[in-house]
Amino acid sequence: MSIEAKEHNGAHFLEINDELTIYTAAMMKQELQDVLSKQDELEISLECVSDIDSAGIQILILLHQQAKKKGKTLRFIKHNRQVIDVLETLNLEALFGDPIVLPAKEF
Amino acid sequence: MLDDTKKIFIQESEELLEQMENALLEMEQVPNDAEHLNSVFRAIHTIKGAAGIFGFDAIVAFTHPVESVMDNVRNGLRSVDPDLIALLLKCKDHTANLVEFISGEQEDISETLQEAGKKLLNELTPEQPSELTVTNTNEKIEVSDKRSPSEDHWVISLDFKPDALRNGLDPLSFINYLKRMGEIIEIITFTHDFPCWEDMDPESCYLSFRIALSSSANKEEIKSVFEFALDDCELRIVPPHSELEKYLALLEELTGEELNKLGELLIQVGALTEQELNSALQLQNGVLNDGTTKEIKPLGEILVEQHVVSKDVVEKAVAKQEIIREKIAQETQYIRVDANRLGQLINLVGELVISNAAVKLLVEKHDLADVQEVVSGVEGLVENIRDHALQLRMVQIGETFSRFRRVVRDVSKDLNKDVELVITGGEAELDKTVVEKINDPLTHLVRNSLDHGFETPDERVAQGKPRKGVLRLNALHDSGHIVIQIADDGAGLDTDKIRKKAEEKGLINVGQELSQREILRLIFEPGLTTKDTASNISGRGVGMDVVKRNIDALRGTIEVDSERGKGTLVTIHLPLTLAIIEGFMVGVEQERFVIPLSMVEECVEMNTDEWHLDKNSHYVNLRGQVMPYIKLSEFFGVNYQQSHRGRESLVIVKAGRAKAGIVVDRLFGELQTVIKPLGKVFQGLKGVSGATVLGSGEIALILDVQGLIGLASAKTTDVKTLESV
Repeated sequence: MSIEAKEHNGAHFLEINDELTIYTAAMMKQELQDVLSKQDELEISLECVSDIDSAGIQILILLHQQAKKKGKTLRFIKHNRQVIDVLETLNLEALFGDPIVLPAKEF
Repeated sequence: MLDDTKKIFIQESEELLEQMENALLEMEQVPNDAEHLNSVFRAIHTIKGAAGIFGFDAIVAFTHPVESVMDNVRNGLRSVDPDLIALLLKCKDHTANLVEFISGEQEDISETLQEAGKKLLNELTPEQPSELTVTNTNEKIEVSDKRSPSEDHWVISLDFKPDALRNGLDPLSFINYLKRMGEIIEIITFTHDFPCWEDMDPESCYLSFRIALSSSANKEEIKSVFEFALDDCELRIVPPHSELEKYLALLEELTGEELNKLGELLIQVGALTEQELNSALQLQNGVLNDGTTKEIKPLGEILVEQHVVSKDVVEKAVAKQEIIREKIAQETQYIRVDANRLGQLINLVGELVISNAAVKLLVEKHDLADVQEVVSGVEGLVENIRDHALQLRMVQIGETFSRFRRVVRDVSKDLNKDVELVITGGEAELDKTVVEKINDPLTHLVRNSLDHGFETPDERVAQGKPRKGVLRLNALHDSGHIVIQIADDGAGLDTDKIRKKAEEKGLINVGQELSQREILRLIFEPGLTTKDTASNISGRGVGMDVVKRNIDALRGTIEVDSERGKGTLVTIHLPLTLAIIEGFMVGVEQERFVIPLSMVEECVEMNTDEWHLDKNSHYVNLRGQVMPYIKLSEFFGVNYQQSHRGRESLVIVKAGRAKAGIVVDRLFGELQTVIKPLGKVFQGLKGVSGATVLGSGEIALILDVQGLIGLASAKTTDVKTLESV
């Protein structure tokens, strides 16, 4: 499974630990759909996304839209550098509305 | 008596009216072409103005309302329909009548002419100009203006197609790459068009971007970023304001000598990329091919609609185009030159050619090596001058051809036939005098073809031909000659009927054996017509003989080809000019003769063993080709010293399809030949068409090749019939 349930300091969240690209898009969609259908509130960590491309971004956007439509709460957390770059490039931070915490080591 | 001002007015008016007619006929095809509208307006406006200056009030009175109508049409207050064009054509005719009238003696316009004018004007009087015809382009312009970028950024819209990802593209990488071109000020990723989660194919691309880019790169460079994605995305690049200003400035500065197409102009200043132009053109054609909408949108409009180029730039480019067009029009203005002066000039050039030949001869005689070079330099110049001088008299035949549009239109309407005139090769040039003289024969042939040649539309359909007949006028150059072809796809000539008529008239003997070509040639005999009833258009049996005589007078040939049910082709060969030709000089004893070089096929040695000469019937078998030959010495009765029996040469000449041999003693080679007409006394001479003065001051006769071939053939047939008796 490329999506794993994690627990950190008592908070539960999912973590994507694979690439989010055209190669994994089909599989990602399926897995994300499964988790979204099971829960009403979830946090997804993007910390371990090893690579992200346009297809991956599309998945995130669509998942976000879908959650909104179903009245569920979805937050992306722990964006890694690469994801931040893409979101910045495409000016999508505002769309997701998730607070982006820059990893400390970069300061 | 016509005074000079009148003459000028009449001549100019005739030209203007001709332009007007052409423009009107064009408008029948493309009703709203501004160029043609303007041309009609200008013509009538100028005639009115000139008539006013010269005090021809009747013309002013008639042309003024016509001008007003044209002005309304031009301003979009009145729409163009076939009725209006037909009416305007009538107005043109009436104006022509009026112009013709003032060239006459009478002072007052005749009643009938006045009545006709009034009637036309009544028909023309415009109804209340309808508001509907006012074009609604203004609205479109408003819209496009709103969309144009308000800030000084390039605005790039990038819509990827669904297959983009599958085709290995990553939109993200293009945007990253775009960053190298400049600063991305703003980027909007469109997400509202995304499908719902269930319908989403994760491997399809749903991404669209709007990007504001601040960059010093030009459009083509920005476009190149997306070069590999062009097939998989819709790309539009809208330039920033400063860029627009740049385009406008560039357009302003553009000093085009040639008239470029709108798209080319825009590419030149960088406002448009080639691919954008191509897709716009495709769109333009696509609308046409649809068949649903016949109206072709101007390219500029499409470009603005597609937000490829802003309206300002298109307008500027169109304005520039107009300026260049006008400039070209000004540059190609003509100078009116008295034909006599031109004639004098050509005569002088002719003398110059002769004098030059004399100089050359002397230099060779005295073997002046150092002078030789100078002389050959002068010779080159003289040749140039000769060519240019002759060029002055050359006119394109297209103008003559296009006159037939009206003839075809009117006559086919009268006869209830549907015939389209197709003109090709109108740019072929020939001597003005020849053009003038070819007009009547051509008119005759065209009318003949319309009357006899074409079937009625119903008959045509019944025979499985297209309803619309096609009459072709074509001109082309062929070895010093111009070839004019009049081809129709009508019924063709009925050879049986021609034969019967010819037998009735006693032109041929009953049962006489004739080839197809010989029968066809009978139509050039006086008094022969295949039409049972004469109409006011043709069929009286006078004409084809006159046509032939006219063509003969121009040293030309006419041939007819016809296939029953398929059509008829009339081919006319004419010499390009009547003044100076390239000649080929031959000698018989001490006499010199010149054969037009364009008619010389080849020269061979007169050898009885090699060529099977038939000395009795004067036939030669040249490599299997049998043709008559003529001995110049015998023909002209040159005092032949029997002692001189040198080698003889055979010059093979060709006129049209006919060939013949001419036997001469010596060959001298090429010669610039200035044709001097023979005096009246000698005009009846057979086999000679003129004379020329040689450098030595001697005179050489120019052979009438066509006449000689005719004579040679006649002679041989005489002999043949004698023998067969």
